[in-house]
Amino acid sequence: MKLKGTLLLLLSMLVVFLSGCEPLLVLDPKGPQAERQASDIMISIGIMAFIVIVVMVLLVYMLVKYRASRLPDDYEPPHIEGNPILEGILIGVPIIIVAILSFITVKSNYIVESTPEGYEDQEPLVIYASSSNWKWHFSYPEQDIETVNYLYIPTDRPIEFKLYSFGPITSFWIPQLGGQKYAMADMVTTLHLAADTPGEYMGRNANFSGKGFAENTFTVTAMTQTKFDEWVDEVHETAEPLTEDTFEQLLEPGHLGRMTFTGTHLGFSPAPEHEHSDDEMDSGEEHKMHAEKEREMHTEHAAHE
Amino acid sequence: MKIDHTQPLEYSTQQNQLNIFGFWIFLGAEIMLFATLFTAYFIMENRTGNGPTGPEIFEIGPVLFETFILLTSSFTIGLAVHAMRIGRKKAMLAFLGVTLLLGVAFLSAEINEFVHYYHVGATYQTSGFTAALLTTLGTHGGHVTLGFFWGVCILIQVMKDGINARTANKSFIFSLYWHFLDVVWIFIFSFIYLKGLM
Amino acid sequence: MEFFERFAVPNPNPAIYASMVAIVVVSLAIIIGLTYFKKWGYLWREWLTTVDHKKIGMMYLISALLMLFRGGVDALMLRAQLSMPDNKLLDPQHYNEVFSTHGIVMIIFMAMPFIFAFMNLIVPLQIGARDVAFPRLNAISFWLFAAGAMLFNISFVIGGSPDAGWTSYFPLAGTEFSESVGTNYYMIAIQISGIGSLMTGINMITTILKMRAPGMTLMKMPMFTWASFMACVIIIFAFPVLTIALLMGTTDRLFATNFFTTTNGGMDMLWANFFWVWGHPEVYILILPAFGIYSEVISTFSGRNLYGYKSMVGSMVIISLLSFLVWTHHFFTMGQGALTNSIFSISTMAIAVPTGVKIFNWLLTMWKGKIRFTVPMLYSVGFIPLFTIGGVTGVMLAMSAADYQYHNTMFLVAHFHNTIIPGVVFAMLAGLTYYWPKMFGFMLNERIGKWGFWFLSIGFVLAFFPMYITGLNGQARRMYTYSEATGFGPLNFVAFIGAGLMAIAFCLIVYNIFYSIKHSPRNVGDDPWNARSLEWATHNPVPEYNFARTPHVASSEAFWDAKKHGHELFKGEIEEIHMPNYSGVPFIMGVIFFICGFSFVFSLWIPAIVSLIGIFACMVLRSFEKDDGRLISVEEIKATESKFESAEEIKTAVSTYGGANS
Repeated sequence: MKLKGTLLLLLSMLVVFLSGCEPLLVLDPKGPQAERQASDIMISIGIMAFIVIVVMVLLVYMLVKYRASRLPDDYEPPHIEGNPILEGILIGVPIIIVAILSFITVKSNYIVESTPEGYEDQEPLVIYASSSNWKWHFSYPEQDIETVNYLYIPTDRPIEFKLYSFGPITSFWIPQLGGQKYAMADMVTTLHLAADTPGEYMGRNANFSGKGFAENTFTVTAMTQTKFDEWVDEVHETAEPLTEDTFEQLLEPGHLGRMTFTGTHLGFSPAPEHEHSDDEMDSGEEHKMHAEKEREMHTEHAAHE
Repeated sequence: MKIDHTQPLEYSTQQNQLNIFGFWIFLGAEIMLFATLFTAYFIMENRTGNGPTGPEIFEIGPVLFETFILLTSSFTIGLAVHAMRIGRKKAMLAFLGVTLLLGVAFLSAEINEFVHYYHVGATYQTSGFTAALLTTLGTHGGHVTLGFFWGVCILIQVMKDGINARTANKSFIFSLYWHFLDVVWIFIFSFIYLKGLM
Repeated sequence: MEFFERFAVPNPNPAIYASMVAIVVVSLAIIIGLTYFKKWGYLWREWLTTVDHKKIGMMYLISALLMLFRGGVDALMLRAQLSMPDNKLLDPQHYNEVFSTHGIVMIIFMAMPFIFAFMNLIVPLQIGARDVAFPRLNAISFWLFAAGAMLFNISFVIGGSPDAGWTSYFPLAGTEFSESVGTNYYMIAIQISGIGSLMTGINMITTILKMRAPGMTLMKMPMFTWASFMACVIIIFAFPVLTIALLMGTTDRLFATNFFTTTNGGMDMLWANFFWVWGHPEVYILILPAFGIYSEVISTFSGRNLYGYKSMVGSMVIISLLSFLVWTHHFFTMGQGALTNSIFSISTMAIAVPTGVKIFNWLLTMWKGKIRFTVPMLYSVGFIPLFTIGGVTGVMLAMSAADYQYHNTMFLVAHFHNTIIPGVVFAMLAGLTYYWPKMFGFMLNERIGKWGFWFLSIGFVLAFFPMYITGLNGQARRMYTYSEATGFGPLNFVAFIGAGLMAIAFCLIVYNIFYSIKHSPRNVGDDPWNARSLEWATHNPVPEYNFARTPHVASSEAFWDAKKHGHELFKGEIEEIHMPNYSGVPFIMGVIFFICGFSFVFSLWIPAIVSLIGIFACMVLRSFEKDDGRLISVEEIKATESKFESAEEIKTAVSTYGGANS
């Protein structure tokens, strides 16, 4: 059949694309979370390809064997009701497949929602990432630094992003380090990432947020802890402090290049707090405690200096 | 129109049966409508922003009055349908009239309540909570208003044409609608007012 | 904004001015044409006032095809803009408006009327009814849909189109970030046509449950009727949620309430939840009737009864139930935590099981059959592998941890086009070809139809398969452009070529209609496809009363029983038939709704109140109206029937599926 031929050809082209050329960003992970997601994706592609092939083989078989032009003129197709055993198998096999995938997914859900595997013993670096039309603001409370549209992170240390938005819902996404999560005006969401290897990665807002959405990107540079510390010191020496007025100006809709400040906006413009439903209340409390702990750390840090 | 005399008048033609059945389906959709409103209300209940909270603005007196009035009207519309079934036009008209009057009383109490909310600073724009509260109450009130005018139309038709397959069918469907609004009100009373006052 | 400024297009460009001119020219041409050929009376008497389910179905069909072109042109603009890196064809605002419009037009104003077209045309025939339960309400449904569609479609020339995506997430869709009246159009146009959809749902459920022919138990209904029934049940439960969500969105925009704002206790996530509580069942409202059409087509052209009738019905019931339990999968990334995501992930994947059952049942229907490759069958055969790919990518998306990487990317865009186009659009085109003789009494040309199918399928594959790859490579959806360094260029160009092929396919389909009107032989008889279910037991085109005598049914394939097993479909004498009268009120109500909606969009309160009163006046008028319909006399029925029978005798020489293979 022409149709089947074309389809198989295209499918094989797809496989060539997936394996050859440059690796696709999502399938070229540089951190444990992205790795987990990439392996989930590859497993599911494998199982799904199997299902597609089974359906296609069956279809081609039916079409070739039972097409009218091959059958005698007086052939009368029989009347067949269902067959409980056959239908049972047709229900059972998909249920098994779904069960396997569910098992993988549930496990992965808990993995991507907690500190990356292999990094559990380390204190995560907390970075507040907030979006405004159409920029990203990164506040490092621990280092007392704020950057716009670029992100420096140390490798081999878990990073805990606290996400929120000064405008429409956006989605914080660094494909090679891990999947995305929404940043919203109403609550803070948490994204756990970590980078295994130093390098420069693409980061962007993935959720449509108006006119400037396409250019709402940032770059992520992962570097060793020593280099990161050097950068922090350099910033403290060279950068201007972030004042409330400057920050208000930054929030105006538009695009900005990279900017660096000392101090963060969290003091005068804190992250949103939860105020609704019970289970969210709990995490809200947790969040407040977290913020307090940070403030303590913060003061400690200042004391050291 | 074929009239089947073994059935009550409101069910006596095929179209009448379809009308009643279709109306039940419509009520199913209405249940979803109000369920959505209640969901929104429960989510917004504590999201009062800078505005007042429920316990601060709710007053039990008017609410009890509204509840009493609406429950009574549900009873009188039941009596109207009963009168219709036994073919007593005058009694039916009287009960239908009383129902509609009670409806008006309910509405005026509710408008009063809204004016009160306005005066205590709980306007439509105040907060997520007031928006959800007033939309839920307003949707119910809008239904009652619509029901009132619908009832008036039916009242006039019964007066002019008497009780026949057409008017009986309409009156019966109207009674379903009115009972439904009463049920919704019981939910509003329990889950918005009582819960808010407790 | 100043009063008159609101009516101007916020971001004018030559294309919009050209469309304005085109709209005026076409409207004038229609008005002059109607006057010149003296067709105003005909239009009013036969169409605008009709309550006949078949004519209403045809009007839905025409609207759907028109909207398909509107949405298709939008799609071409999008693909053209993205065909090259850093393309300057559309500016970001215009691009945003185009993709928002594309989504809404295709779902609400193309796919919905398409399925309503077939529900209206076919369901009463399949169950042997004279019309739907509430013919007048049916007309109102159509005119409300039409009013909504018109209102939505004038947005781009008066005041600006919606620009916050078809999902219209708040706060982006709030007045703060979306200043033009575009989103007002969105809220109100969808509200109006949504009310119409809800009423169609009520109407169809009542029709199917209460008006079936004698002997037709629920488990003897043809599969398309079952599918329509389940779709309508979903409508009843899903659309009220949309009604409320849109109401809240409207008050937020027009009266500054705080449902979805970011201040004063508003909650932007509530919109996303409500939208998808409606939105996910909505896609099953579209796909179930499509499944129904495939069931009819595959069974007819395999020459076999549908395999596993009971499991087909069961799977649809389960799909309908599950469709309400999965909405959160549209925003796994909203931070609900691992437990919630796991639950919704599993419930989403569970839908694959009943859907898989259906795919295998269709395959087993072909087994031991005698397959004829007509155009409707080609679409169905193309549907199976393509939809399977769309379905399995859906399972991949359902894996929430991995979804963090797919979400908001072209992978997702590829997935849902891969289910909706082979799923719904192919089904509608199959249905269009299959039921064309039922509606008009002649066939569409098979050769042009096959060309259309191949262009569409190949174009589809080229247009959407590359998106899976660019999605995995990090291309987010709804970006108006991308830089060359991203490397998305070549594959997006392939997608553009695919879109071009699809455009050619749709042109071929329309050309086929004009070609067939001119050249197709008229005498195709009553059973041109050698079909099986009850809708084929009456004449082509169907007389206004559908069946001269009420059919008696003993299985889901009553017509096949009658042809092959000597089942007696029609018993007794012809009796006079009661039919509803035509009425102009539904059309007038549609017009008033349009005016009312327009007034609300621009906050013109006086006309809004006047038109609301007008709507209630129409309802009061209806309440006082005494209209018992009319009776068609036995003589008249006999005259009509004999006309069809003499035509039948003339064409006996023509083979079973007539002009189909010429």
